[in-house]
Amino acid sequence: MAPVKMYSLSTCSHCKNTKKFLHDCNVVFDAVDVDMLQGEERTAIIEEVKKVNPNCSFPTILIGDQVIVGFKEKEIKEALGI
Amino acid sequence: MTETEKLYDLLKKAQEPKGYYFNKDRERVNDLLSSLLLNKDRFGYMACPCRLASGDRQSDADIFCPCVYRGPDIQKFGSCYCNLYVTREWNEGKIPHTYIPERRPASKLPF
Repeated sequence: MAPVKMYSLSTCSHCKNTKKFLHDCNVVFDAVDVDMLQGEERTAIIEEVKKVNPNCSFPTILIGDQVIVGFKEKEIKEALGI
Repeated sequence: MTETEKLYDLLKKAQEPKGYYFNKDRERVNDLLSSLLLNKDRFGYMACPCRLASGDRQSDADIFCPCVYRGPDIQKFGSCYCNLYVTREWNEGKIPHTYIPERRPASKLPF
């Protein structure tokens, strides 16, 4: 399965639902709550998000080389091939 | 009564007469309201929990909850970006619960 990376916010309901969905699908993923970061690390991660999603909205999900913005269950499933 | 419950009652009383109803999913609403209270502690104002706040009051002014994008999103989708405030029709399932794209322009991002 393609590597899954997610940029999220600790307070965002769509992000929480996406995390729950991925857990329920037994998908191993790497998530970073951008609001919990500070200083240079935060700036660097924001730049990473903006590269794939100029609106810098959350969740931004990377599945392999595909970028999915928002909790779009169908698109996530398709990208995961499940 | 918890702080979240107090906020729920306060906002419900103020917003419902304007046609903005809380999502009927109370668990989700409570979670969002707790996040609003957390942001109030963090920043001094209730920044939208579904967006990345900068911590600068002036830059974040458009995303103080209820944000300036709530009106047009409610009008178009029957729900705000977070699914916190919705219309009665949305709660009744008469409007499809679609993904709501970010309406805040990238030019407003303070980072």
